[in-house]
Amino acid sequence: MHAIYELAGGFLVWAALVIFAGGTVIRMAWLAATARKKDAAVFHYFSFYYALRSILHWIVPFASRNMRLHPVMTAVTFIFHLCLIITPIFAAAHVILIAESWGGGWWYLPDAAADIMTLTVILGCVFFLIRRISKKDVRYLSTAGDYILLVIVAAPFLSGYWSYHQWSGFEIAGIVHMLSGELLLICIPFTRLFHMILFPFTRGYAGSEFGGMRSARDW
Amino acid sequence: MKKQNNLNNTQNPGQIHDIGIKRGAGRLSREKIASVLEKLIETEGGARLSAYINTCVHCGLCSDACHHYLSRGCDPRFSPAGKVKQTVSTILAKKGKVSPEFIKRTCEIAFTECNLCRRCQLYCPFGIDISYLMLFIRRACHLLGVVPQYIQDTAHSHSATMNQMWVRDDEWIDTLQWQEEEARDEIPDLRIPIDKQGADIFYSVIGPEPKFRPQLIYQMAVIMHAAGADWTLPSAPGWDNSDMCMYTGDVEMTARLKKVHFEAAIGLKNKRIVMGECGHAFRSVYDVGNRLLGWKMPPLPTVHAISFYSELLEEGRIEIDHKFERPVTFHDPCNIVRGRGLHETARYIINRVCKTFIELEPNREHNFCCGAGGGVINCGPPFKTKRVESNKVKADQLAAAREKGAEVVIAPCHNCHGGLEEIIEHYELGMELMFLSDILYECIKKK
Ligand code: HEM
Ligand code: HEM
Ligand code: SF4
Ligand code: SF4
Repeated sequence: MHAIYELAGGFLVWAALVIFAGGTVIRMAWLAATARKKDAAVFHYFSFYYALRSILHWIVPFASRNMRLHPVMTAVTFIFHLCLIITPIFAAAHVILIAESWGGGWWYLPDAAADIMTLTVILGCVFFLIRRISKKDVRYLSTAGDYILLVIVAAPFLSGYWSYHQWSGFEIAGIVHMLSGELLLICIPFTRLFHMILFPFTRGYAGSEFGGMRSARDW
Repeated sequence: MKKQNNLNNTQNPGQIHDIGIKRGAGRLSREKIASVLEKLIETEGGARLSAYINTCVHCGLCSDACHHYLSRGCDPRFSPAGKVKQTVSTILAKKGKVSPEFIKRTCEIAFTECNLCRRCQLYCPFGIDISYLMLFIRRACHLLGVVPQYIQDTAHSHSATMNQMWVRDDEWIDTLQWQEEEARDEIPDLRIPIDKQGADIFYSVIGPEPKFRPQLIYQMAVIMHAAGADWTLPSAPGWDNSDMCMYTGDVEMTARLKKVHFEAAIGLKNKRIVMGECGHAFRSVYDVGNRLLGWKMPPLPTVHAISFYSELLEEGRIEIDHKFERPVTFHDPCNIVRGRGLHETARYIINRVCKTFIELEPNREHNFCCGAGGGVINCGPPFKTKRVESNKVKADQLAAAREKGAEVVIAPCHNCHGGLEEIIEHYELGMELMFLSDILYECIKKK
């Protein structure tokens, strides 16, 4: 068990970070090269001003008509995504771990806040799961991968919480946490989680065509 | 509403008999399909395709954007992403190894269950362009030779005659002279100038105008005359700005058609192109054709009739004699509103000319498609019931405006007229459809 702990807390952290960063760079490079070859027009129509205008309307809550039409979904998804990104970066455990192993470190969240945000992410995943099953159109679109992804996203939050609160079996939860955290990082460049990276590009391109070419709003 | 009981018939895949789809698919084998699709994916399936397909998080937020989905009791097969799932995603997952039966269904979805109206792009958080994906499928269908018969016939007409309606060159000139003669009964010194070198305005129309609605050419001549415009139409091919090949996936023909159209104007040394009241034609010239020909923007200034009318009103080149009495509402056509942002321009004209204007809800960029666009109406009578059933939301939207008093629906687009006409008839709405030029013709001071 100690050996797995060492591996998950040492080598695999590095491996996951390298695969996450390398995978992201390679995939973006492939997309850029393919676009040059087959969709060269994309570069000509891309406009930073209109891309930004569109992105802003889609990252500010309720700034687009569709967000106003689905207020519950909008609220949940914004809170979910905020907690999802902020918690791991500012969790005390992570910051201290990094400070101890590599030096440095930064401000971290008070425990209570981290706990609430962690639970929020887990509840968010449950909300998305229920929505996926109960809404006919979303269920129709869903593939096995979509359900698995929700589990992959929820896993490090659930196990991190478990481990942090030292509930029974927390040693195992700790190992599960590190492994599932690493799995999540590795999954980002190779699954739909890549939407995190592609969002500004797809949205920005839509905004560029709508704003620059068609003089219309796309929100 | 009547004919509701038919819903299940047309909703069930493969129920509609279309000889173009049936015969085309009959000539295919699995091997042939795989080889064509593999090659297509390799040569044309680029970064956009990959990014769109892989970014989609299957969240279904685009569903409520689509009139097909909303009109069919929220049947998930008609949601934008649902259509992608049944077509592009499956083809990519199977690397093109699909059956002729699958291609038949795919063809029906891409050609008759999506109007390429791009409304869903305003509802997807990622801005995924479903119309791009459906056009990719239409391109595949074109290469496989599986295209609904009626629209394929118009594409054939385009390649044989450079116009959409098998209009012969002499018929075109005859029509112009006939309309000139008619108009001269009303305004004796009116001219419809043909092939005028160096004229300010090259005016182009869609093939169905000389064929079915020559009075629109008459009306435009009256407006041009009242404005004292220096305008012309070409005698040779290039007068037709429409383009069904853009919708059948025949991009090579689209490029040829747009080249002939641009060159007709350039050849006459005209300063700019003014296009009649049509949406899809505008998309083909302003957005699609220029790209295919390698120009970022059209090679000479190109405007839709709406922009032109508003310019005439703003500059005082035409004057309003009396306001249009009956209350009107306005249908924002996809291709010039989401496609060109002309919604406020159109409202400026309407407010100048009409007494009472009642908005449809939703409106502007968020208006629902007429159900005819994207070549869907050009797939013809076999799909008529399906079309009107697929756009019940449009009927509801119009009925709501009628409740508020609207009697006339203005739609500055030929396709929209086709679609709205069917809907008004089927749902017994009893509203009258008009072009902006109908209203202007009625209300301006004729000189
Ligand atoms: C890459 C390797 C990772 C390592 C080595 C790691 C390590 C840790 C450790 C040691 C803790 C404290 C648990 C305890 O006290 O026993 C923790 C907590 C936590 N981690 Fe991670 N983690 C990793 C990745 C991730 C990822 C990818 C996420 C989420 C995206 C994540 C989210 C959390 C959360 C939410 C907590 C709990 C915070 C709380 O409830 O206060 N971790 N992590
Ligand atoms: C900062 C970049 C990101 C942006 C802009 C973004 C945006 C979106 C959007 C627009 C959706 C569509 C549905 C919705 O609104 O909920 C979505 C869904 C989702 N996102 Fe993100 N996201 C980002 C990062 C992430 C990350 C880092 C993860 C996980 C590690 C993630 C996990 C998810 C999940 C699981 C869903 C699916 C919800 C469902 O099943 O319906 N996102 N995201
Ligand atoms: S018809 Fe319009 S809203 Fe529906 S899928 Fe096609 S482009 Fe999207
Ligand atoms: S809204 Fe966009 S991401 Fe969501 S299912 Fe529709 S196309 Fe996919």
